[in-house]
Amino acid sequence: MAAMGSGQVGRSVRRLEGAAKVTGRAEYVHNLRLPGMLYGKIVRSTVPHGRIRSIDAAQARALAGVHGVATIEDIRKVVPEPFYGPAFHDQPILAVDKVHYVGEPVAVVLAGDPHVAEAAAQLVVADYEELPAVYDEVEAMTSAAIVHEVLKPAGTFPDLKHLQGRRGTNVALDFHLRRGDPEKGFAEADHVFEHTFRTQQVLHLPLEPFVSVAEASGGADDGRLTIHTASQSPSFVRIEIARLLGWPENRVRVKVPYLGGGFGAKLYIKLEALVAALALVVRRPVKISLTMEEQFYTLTKHASTFRIKSGVKNGRITARACEVWWNGGAYADIGPRITQKSGFTAPGPYDIDNVAIDSYSLYTNLTPAGALRGFGIPQLVFAYESHTDLMARSLGLDPVEFRRANILREGRPQATGTLMQDAAIAEVLDRLAARMNWGKPFDHGSGTIRRGRGIAIGFKASISPTTSIAIVNVAADGSCTLYCSTVDMGQGSDTANAQLVAEVLNIRAEQVTVVHPDTDVTPYDMATLGSRSLFHMGNAVRLAARDARDKIAALARELGLPEGSNVPVAELFQKKYKMQAGNIIGIGSYIPSYAPPDHATGQTPNATPYWMVGAAGAEVEVDTETGHVRVTRLVNVADVGRPINPRIVESQLSGAAIMQLGFTMQEKIEIDGGQIVNASLADYKIPSLLDIPSDMQNEAVETEQHSGPFGAKGVGESGTFGVSPAIANAIDDAVGVRLTSLPLTAETLYRALRTAANAPLEVEP
Amino acid sequence: MKRTIHFTLNGAPVEAEVAPHWNLVELLQREFDLFGARESCAQGLCGCCTVMVNGAAVSGCLYLAVFADGAEVVSIEHLPDGKLDPVQEAFLECGAFQCGFCTPGFVLMARELLRAHPDPDEEEIRHYLAGNLCRCAAYPQIVEAVKLAARNMLKAHDGKDQ
Repeated sequence: MAAMGSGQVGRSVRRLEGAAKVTGRAEYVHNLRLPGMLYGKIVRSTVPHGRIRSIDAAQARALAGVHGVATIEDIRKVVPEPFYGPAFHDQPILAVDKVHYVGEPVAVVLAGDPHVAEAAAQLVVADYEELPAVYDEVEAMTSAAIVHEVLKPAGTFPDLKHLQGRRGTNVALDFHLRRGDPEKGFAEADHVFEHTFRTQQVLHLPLEPFVSVAEASGGADDGRLTIHTASQSPSFVRIEIARLLGWPENRVRVKVPYLGGGFGAKLYIKLEALVAALALVVRRPVKISLTMEEQFYTLTKHASTFRIKSGVKNGRITARACEVWWNGGAYADIGPRITQKSGFTAPGPYDIDNVAIDSYSLYTNLTPAGALRGFGIPQLVFAYESHTDLMARSLGLDPVEFRRANILREGRPQATGTLMQDAAIAEVLDRLAARMNWGKPFDHGSGTIRRGRGIAIGFKASISPTTSIAIVNVAADGSCTLYCSTVDMGQGSDTANAQLVAEVLNIRAEQVTVVHPDTDVTPYDMATLGSRSLFHMGNAVRLAARDARDKIAALARELGLPEGSNVPVAELFQKKYKMQAGNIIGIGSYIPSYAPPDHATGQTPNATPYWMVGAAGAEVEVDTETGHVRVTRLVNVADVGRPINPRIVESQLSGAAIMQLGFTMQEKIEIDGGQIVNASLADYKIPSLLDIPSDMQNEAVETEQHSGPFGAKGVGESGTFGVSPAIANAIDDAVGVRLTSLPLTAETLYRALRTAANAPLEVEP
Repeated sequence: MKRTIHFTLNGAPVEAEVAPHWNLVELLQREFDLFGARESCAQGLCGCCTVMVNGAAVSGCLYLAVFADGAEVVSIEHLPDGKLDPVQEAFLECGAFQCGFCTPGFVLMARELLRAHPDPDEEEIRHYLAGNLCRCAAYPQIVEAVKLAARNMLKAHDGKDQ
């Protein structure tokens, strides 16, 4: 639908909540205090893997002001089967018998004063019988240390059922894809290349740490729970808490105001089950706010190892084998979905006849890993785009031309067999090359300062199939309210959704009020994740607005007004109800079509409702005496369909790219014997204003996602895809040294430079 | 063992009973329902808890509440709800925030920057605001907003001179 009726789509509307945010008055869960509320402080495991011998809380209980100390025995009084998770029901509300990573919640101290709870938590002593532990994802494949005795997949995913009851393995999920005949392809190729790449554990690190509050009311048969939580997935929280309690959904209410950042961390269940159970145990409101340090013990991004092998014949990639190991940590969280849903894009945006993919989700004794802005894609793109450049370099081909000759074109089958539609891979690559002045000569510098440039392109399939439902309520004065459970965690969804409503109803976006997620009020939405909301919720919102528009037209007909008479809505209500009264409720429900992949071959005709494409180009300066890299230019180009709000789209692209720049150049959770040694902002450095390139450009190519609302699709992650390999490729271009592990630190590069010069530095003690 | 302190908060004289271990963020939240200064890193490294004390920016998470006794304290909420200063206007205009959690700190520091350097260049802006972190990385838009605020404030100032 190209017609732009009221000009609301494509307009850089100021964010609706902007004034509240710049004055410090926006509502976050951390602001919330309830009468009689207790503060919980979590006591955490000090060992990576161990059987709990005892938990001694006597001293803590004796401290003045302590209300109580809860362990899993207390939780079990209200939740007999206290295991949760989106893919596997493997994570206990508090440790049961064993701990599986350092920092795992073991007990909770409750007190009316948070300082008392904190002091008392230090007095709880847990004693463990330590067990062998495993930390590396590849070692976990064959390790004698087994993290979980038995696999416990959730019933929600039919394709995980075969894993039920599997024992003696750390492989939570294995995904396989076969297309064509890879072995024959390798045998017939002119050149075969094989490389292995690794990415590190990093942290989402939203500046608002995890926080949840629960309050209980009513008795055994009519009990109700209200959970106020900084969550990206209120509907999931409601359903999962109801399942844990054996309650109907309508007795659990989940409310979410604004989020101080999410990035994939605040999904599924984090603190919600714990505060809910505690509120039921103590019959008082309970709040738990994590510290920055505790975020390191809650959820990280998967470290990964990716072995990639390609056969090339006459400049074309004819065969590719991908083996990917994902370090899932101690609980599965959404890791198995990443293993499959992102795993199937591991061969990259290339047209390859013969493909094999083996993707493994591994349990290890580390903080659980989950989705982080890209759902596994940035890990994959780092590997396959570093590999692409190494091949081009070895074959003496221009990196852009080599990609042009091999990319997936519109209508061609991707590795799953699904045909590419509305994926502007070629256009994105062309625009990136143009912005990088790729055809022009480039000054590589001299002496100790060498310059280089690199590009990379990646793609992602949207998670599927998922549902969104929206309600548009037109009041008797014609003003309009949108009810939906999409969480605005900074991406601007309130504003974008208001623009969609306004476009359909021919009003200004600023006139639309957006009601924040409240599961007693706003309808179901799968979650705010994976750049899915603008497409899925956007479609539902557009349908709801159309439904309202149609009902307004029907009301006009009912009142005997001629077609197109354009009587103001307020007058219609007045005529109908004889006073300012009534509502018109429009409803929209959206779920895209989907065909699950064949279990043995991974083939499916319909793997995803849409594709996201993101590319990056980098120019760097390397100081060969120190290994220090300065990124002087970073160009991001993406296919986001038609931008609903160009200004917000641009800030999403640049924000995503800068976040990935941190994961590329500086961020790494340092782990020693299972212990995280840099769990603070003092030791774990995220990008500041001094870390961003002086020349940053962002572009959304002119395209349209035909199945999207007004041609739009998601944008939150696309800016992350190409950044890491573009910089690694630029470093190679500058100094002829290839780094295959993230982050690309000065130390790593300096060591590599010395090794390349046949004067390696001593290995660290 | 609480102690009574007296200070000026956003222009009004106030008093509060504070415990010796409370920090300034807790004081503003617990006693005055002001939530714009937020504790995030708790190490004075992120700038989310920025509060002005006697005209200087402090990390509210590291500043003991009792030290506010006799001081002039200004928080992000110093203007009545509905009123914006030129820096806040520019942040809105440029979309210089995403989740908004760090925004009060950036606004307060940007205001200080423009007081000290009414016409800052890009390098000055980057260095002055390097102690404030934004995980959404709205940095390019923040720099743009500070430049816009500077232009608007200089224009307004020139207008007054005439």
